[in-house]
Amino acid sequence: MASDAVLETQGLTMRFGGLTAVKNFSAAIPRGSIVGLIGPNGAGKTTCFNMITGFYKPSEGQVLFNGADITGTPPHRVCRSGIARTFQNIRLFGNETVLENVMIGCHLRQKTGWWQAVLCLPSNRREERAIAERSRELLKVVGLQELAGEQANSLPYGAQRRLEIARALATRPAFLLLDEPAAGMNPNETQELMGFIREIRRSFDLTILLIEHDMKVVMGICEHIWVLDYGEMIAAGPPEAIQSDPKVIKAYLGEEALTHA
Amino acid sequence: MGAKTNAVLNILAAAVLGLFLWWAEGHLDGYMIQILNLIAVNIILALSLNLIYGFTGLFSLGHAGFMAIGAYVCSILILAPEQKEMLFILEPAYDWVQSAQAPFFVAVMAGGLTAALFGVLVGIPLLRLGDDYLGMATLGFAEIVRVLAINLPRVTNGALGFKGIPDHANLWWNFGWCLLTLFVVIRLIRSNSGNVFKAIRDDETAAKAMGIDVFRHKLLSFAIGAFFAGVGGALLGSLVATIDPKMFTFVLTFNVLMIVVTGGLGSITGSVLAGIAITVLLEWLRFVENPVYFGDWELPGIPGMRMVVFSLALIFIILFRREGFMGKREFSWGWAAGRFLKKADRHGI
Amino acid sequence: MTGAMFVQHALNGLTLGSLYALIAIGYTMVYGILRLINFAHSEIFMLGAYFVLWGITLLYLPWFVAIVGAILITAAIGILVDRVAYRPLRDAPRISALISAIGVSFFLQNLTIVAFGAIPREVYRPAWLENPILMGEVRVLPLTLFVPALSFLLMLGLVWIVYRTKPGLGMRAISKDIETSYIMGVPVNRIISLTFGIGSALAAASGIMWALRYPQLQPVMGSIPGFKAFIAAVFGGIGSIPGAVVGGIMLGVIEIMAVAFFPDLAGYRDAFAFILLIVILLIKPTGLMGARLEDKV
Repeated sequence: MASDAVLETQGLTMRFGGLTAVKNFSAAIPRGSIVGLIGPNGAGKTTCFNMITGFYKPSEGQVLFNGADITGTPPHRVCRSGIARTFQNIRLFGNETVLENVMIGCHLRQKTGWWQAVLCLPSNRREERAIAERSRELLKVVGLQELAGEQANSLPYGAQRRLEIARALATRPAFLLLDEPAAGMNPNETQELMGFIREIRRSFDLTILLIEHDMKVVMGICEHIWVLDYGEMIAAGPPEAIQSDPKVIKAYLGEEALTHA
Repeated sequence: MGAKTNAVLNILAAAVLGLFLWWAEGHLDGYMIQILNLIAVNIILALSLNLIYGFTGLFSLGHAGFMAIGAYVCSILILAPEQKEMLFILEPAYDWVQSAQAPFFVAVMAGGLTAALFGVLVGIPLLRLGDDYLGMATLGFAEIVRVLAINLPRVTNGALGFKGIPDHANLWWNFGWCLLTLFVVIRLIRSNSGNVFKAIRDDETAAKAMGIDVFRHKLLSFAIGAFFAGVGGALLGSLVATIDPKMFTFVLTFNVLMIVVTGGLGSITGSVLAGIAITVLLEWLRFVENPVYFGDWELPGIPGMRMVVFSLALIFIILFRREGFMGKREFSWGWAAGRFLKKADRHGI
Repeated sequence: MTGAMFVQHALNGLTLGSLYALIAIGYTMVYGILRLINFAHSEIFMLGAYFVLWGITLLYLPWFVAIVGAILITAAIGILVDRVAYRPLRDAPRISALISAIGVSFFLQNLTIVAFGAIPREVYRPAWLENPILMGEVRVLPLTLFVPALSFLLMLGLVWIVYRTKPGLGMRAISKDIETSYIMGVPVNRIISLTFGIGSALAAASGIMWALRYPQLQPVMGSIPGFKAFIAAVFGGIGSIPGAVVGGIMLGVIEIMAVAFFPDLAGYRDAFAFILLIVILLIKPTGLMGARLEDKV
């Protein structure tokens, strides 16, 4: 076990009525690493994300973030403590502009509130200007600065994904969860994405956990990988070990994804 | 359009409004002035519901309840003790009701604040409910308020209500409060907190994931909306000089909902425009209900026709143009300047 | 309170509860298949009574014909409302359909005001319903026994339709999963229309019996009973027909008993139901017999 684990799960189990979606998921994620959670569809990967980020209360087990127990903490408080995420089916604030989406992400760390805004206090004016500035910077990081004034749901799919990441970064996370960031991308885009993920890890001082189906991405940037099948962890280790693990190959049998690796 | 230019233009517009009101006071008859007053109050009510429903996505049908609270609190504070002495014939009023007095501004404020307080008390249990259930529960709240108003004669004079409420609510007070409401709502929506309200409307789950305390913000929006609903109710009470529990039925909430939907959920401009249009329409439709006289010959009125037309209009809007007149768009000086310049350009100026 | 009085109150409660139950069934069936609160249902209840009045006083129909005719026409109106005001909004956000329902409710109410006037109208009451029956010490109007009995028969008929016929199977399928029902070839639109028809017919029957029990008709007569019946449906578990029946009867009994035991609270009679609604939604929103509906993240 890594001695400096930014996030640790112990025996996480999720039951919905009679169905056990995740059973006994234990993992320790080293600080500053990029790691992956893979498995066939329906294996329980997003359920794990939901347990870590507080959307589901685990039936059993614990989630420790920087040593503190955050099991069952509501989602907004989980984010406040430094964990941000994106969603498998993109969840943008569709009616707002691209810039506003990121500004909403900045709200968490905002000091002045609604009544300072209503009273037009200079402290609020200054802070909102700074937030707009910072949001534009983040848009530059993901390459969307030209589209700042566009409505979020008018963006093409790939741009929407990047906007979701910018919004997540706006909350100043220490730990970032990306749910299928490469979905729908062509080989060029996935190359760019891999470089991008490495870059934000460096410049924002992050630890990153991703769910991904694209094996090129997973094997390319993940330092450690956990494999789920039917809710149970069937393998864990560095990419080379996972690639040749017979259990993993068996779980993916029938999916051409593995032939890319 | 710089912020300074916008501010100057806004102040100019307010000044023009002031001039218009001054002219209207001297030159328009009582009926027209009453319509102007109603327009101001309806805009306040529409903005308050739009904040809650159009911007934050909370389907609240309890507006009549907040209006009632505001109206009763304000009326108690502006009726003179001698008047109250005479009004409370069912049962004598409580001492604190009897002697309560306050200047008009304070009374309206108090009405709004009391409504906001109830907004918080009611919001805490109810705002965790989803969409349609929230609607029914807030409707239930409004009905409970009405039943309480009937059954607490020592506070509200029961089913008889109040008559002869001092009519302080003239054009200046009404439009003054209207401008204040407009200012607060615009500042609120333009701020990042306003973005947060809209985020909650668009996707609550994502909002939570971004660290937003959704429940607290829902409560905030609900309370501010309740405040202005209370203000609207208080002004209405003083305007029509009588209030009783029968006034604050679901029909009242329905009218405000109609204005907000017609103008556009999520458009402040829409609420203002629809506030004007619908108030005028409702008054104009009144002629359908009253008999028309051609010399000696009477064409009987059709009572109830007003609401028939009204409700049909709402159904049509929901079926064919759900986003209302403005959708989510807003008026801005920049847009107006753009249109003006285009026109000037075309005429070779 | 004597034993006889208690029985009398209980029977009154059962009568009122049966009337609520018949209306509540309509709410619960529509919510079950469409997730829509049919705000206009209370006006359907009212129209049932008004059409009987119209049939008897304007068309001089014998009362039996007027009643059957009224039920059929009201059922047709219920179906029409769905076609015109709800079906186009199937794919729209749910609140749009609810707003449409509110609009229809006001429309029907005020159309009735225009047609019949807002002044309460008296309804013809056949003489045999007027004479009280004596059972030991208990005096009851025949109506008080007639209503629960007839309601029970109607509900049996409904149960037979829902659990023993093919359209009934379709109804149950649609309330479980409407998407899959489409794919499986269930004639969804027709079954939805049937659901509205049956619900409206039951509400009309309730309206007619209500008018016999409280013989004053006014266009707003549907609002409060309708809302209370909705609350009963939520109380019993919205989406569940047995729940609607249980909820309706319990609400009727509680309402009558509470005022019987605490006459001072008579003014708050209507508020009970609203308070019950809020309490239920907070403690157990699925009601006595309802099932959980999960939200996907």
